[in-house]
Amino acid sequence: MPEKPDRNAIEVVNVSKIFGSGEGQVAALDTVSVSIRENEFFTLLGPSGCGKTTLLRLIAGFDFPTAGEILLYGQDIAPLPPFKRPVNTVFQSYALFPHMTVADNIGFGLEMLGKPKTEIKARVAEMLKLVKMEALAGRRTSQISGGQQQRVALARALAPQPKVLLLDEPLSALDYKLRKEMQIELKRLQHETGITFIFVTHDQEEALTMSDRIAVMSSGKILQVGSPRDIYDRPAERFVADFIGESNFLKADVVGATGGRATVKLSSGTEIPASLPEGFSPSGKVTIVVRPEHAQLGAASPSASLSGTVENIVYLGTDTHFHLRLAGGEPFIVRRQNSRGAGDGIVQGGQVGIMIGNDAAQVLKD
Amino acid sequence: MAKNFSIKHQTGFTAIAATCFIVLYLPIIVLVAYAFNAANSTSEWGGFSMRWFQSAWQNVQVIDATLRSFQIGAVAAMLSTIFATMAALATTRTASYPGLTFKYAAINQPLMVPEIVTGVALLIFFSRIKIFTGYSGLGYLIAAHTAFCIPFAYLPIRARLENMDLTLERAAADLYATPWKTFRRITLPLLWPGILAGLMLAFVISLDDVVITEFVKSGGQDTLPTYMLGQIRRGITPEINAISTAFLLLSVAIVTLFFFVSRKRD
Repeated sequence: MPEKPDRNAIEVVNVSKIFGSGEGQVAALDTVSVSIRENEFFTLLGPSGCGKTTLLRLIAGFDFPTAGEILLYGQDIAPLPPFKRPVNTVFQSYALFPHMTVADNIGFGLEMLGKPKTEIKARVAEMLKLVKMEALAGRRTSQISGGQQQRVALARALAPQPKVLLLDEPLSALDYKLRKEMQIELKRLQHETGITFIFVTHDQEEALTMSDRIAVMSSGKILQVGSPRDIYDRPAERFVADFIGESNFLKADVVGATGGRATVKLSSGTEIPASLPEGFSPSGKVTIVVRPEHAQLGAASPSASLSGTVENIVYLGTDTHFHLRLAGGEPFIVRRQNSRGAGDGIVQGGQVGIMIGNDAAQVLKD
Repeated sequence: MAKNFSIKHQTGFTAIAATCFIVLYLPIIVLVAYAFNAANSTSEWGGFSMRWFQSAWQNVQVIDATLRSFQIGAVAAMLSTIFATMAALATTRTASYPGLTFKYAAINQPLMVPEIVTGVALLIFFSRIKIFTGYSGLGYLIAAHTAFCIPFAYLPIRARLENMDLTLERAAADLYATPWKTFRRITLPLLWPGILAGLMLAFVISLDDVVITEFVKSGGQDTLPTYMLGQIRRGITPEINAISTAFLLLSVAIVTLFFFVSRKRD
């Protein structure tokens, strides 16, 4: 597979999409810019109504931007109708043609491109093999299961070898176990075909599992773009931290900031180091975020970052959640992985110290 | 409390329902029975016979009128179905806009305007055209039938289009199908049951028409219903019953087929 990590497959430049007019005007996308690299598994993640599907529809050509450009390998495709874009879509509802067989569905795109029959046949066979559906080539799409329909939809969209494959929440109709299987399957397909995938989901776990990079969206804007680890460990905004995983938010005062790192003073008076979002230099009061598994519990002592009372202990098999109440009254959760036979003497109602390590705290922009 | 409310358990329900069915079907049953009467009367039974069917079958005027009915019905049904399909596409495959409701109403005009009004209007209108062009063929009847069949063809086609998943057409466009190819390969095949249903309904409606045909037809252009009306004026024989019975069978057959086709897999 060619490794050209620096080429951009898609560049979205200052794209806005406004629905309605006058008073009832709604900006589904508000001056969004993002670059998606070649061969990348890129995810648009956000709650419903955040604009992720709108952005996907603009890239597919089902809708046209109010302003801005969408470049596919440098060429502006925003004004082109969908049938002139070398981009294919896997629809949430699959949208398989009910009056055609599985094989005819998969071959449809190639047929429309005017490929010779022998080439179509060979390519369809190859696609059927890729999604492990050889045995069902002659079936009507109404005669196969949901998971199989999903595979056919994928094969149909991949068959014309699009420059970019768009996936609109394709796993949402599947049950939990099948969804897990398809997540792995999608990663495999992306790796084997070398096609750039743009995946839309509201499921943070799905996004973290599959993506090379994630763009977190809210209210028509992209809040943060980064690797799953970046997004999880270094959320730039409160919305991102809140939407992905569990978080403890603490008020703090900035004491000093240099080179992407800051020292902040907690309500307890303790000063701890914290990371800064890129290009952000705060002063005064800020909110910091600490993930529950990035803090440690210990005996209450002056050397601890914070101290609190244990309100509740929730045992979850692989780990335990300690629900604490800090001296200042804020809630705080610490998650600890369980090991066998470790009695630690932490009991409900007891006083504990909380240690926040050098790399655990992150300053938020808002 | 009471079990689920069911209208069946209301007093008098069975009696009312039975009365309705009797009023609806008894006259038809009597009509069909007397088609097999050996006597010349439509009210006195003279034994079983097929003679009136034979007589109708050999009646040149009946055959002539029947063939004309089929001819007008077939052409009008096809034309109206084509127009109705185009109208249905134009009114469903578009974003809603002010005036769309008015268009629905305009397309369905023949359902609202009394037939007698349309009949008189066409009589006057066509007589002018006849004077100017000198043409007095079946074209006038076909045009009139086409017009009032359009809403009947339009309704099942539009219903089918509205139930169709728009994502399918979007998926075809995504897979490089031009709008025309999308129509040919996706919309039309999926719409086909609706079109067939519309065609059959339009045919039955055309076959059955009396009022407008009576006004529009020229001399010697009787359709089966207007021929029957003319015969009744002169005196009834069971031949009319026999023709009606055959007509009834045909209509029932087509309407049954219509339900079968329009209910086919959505």
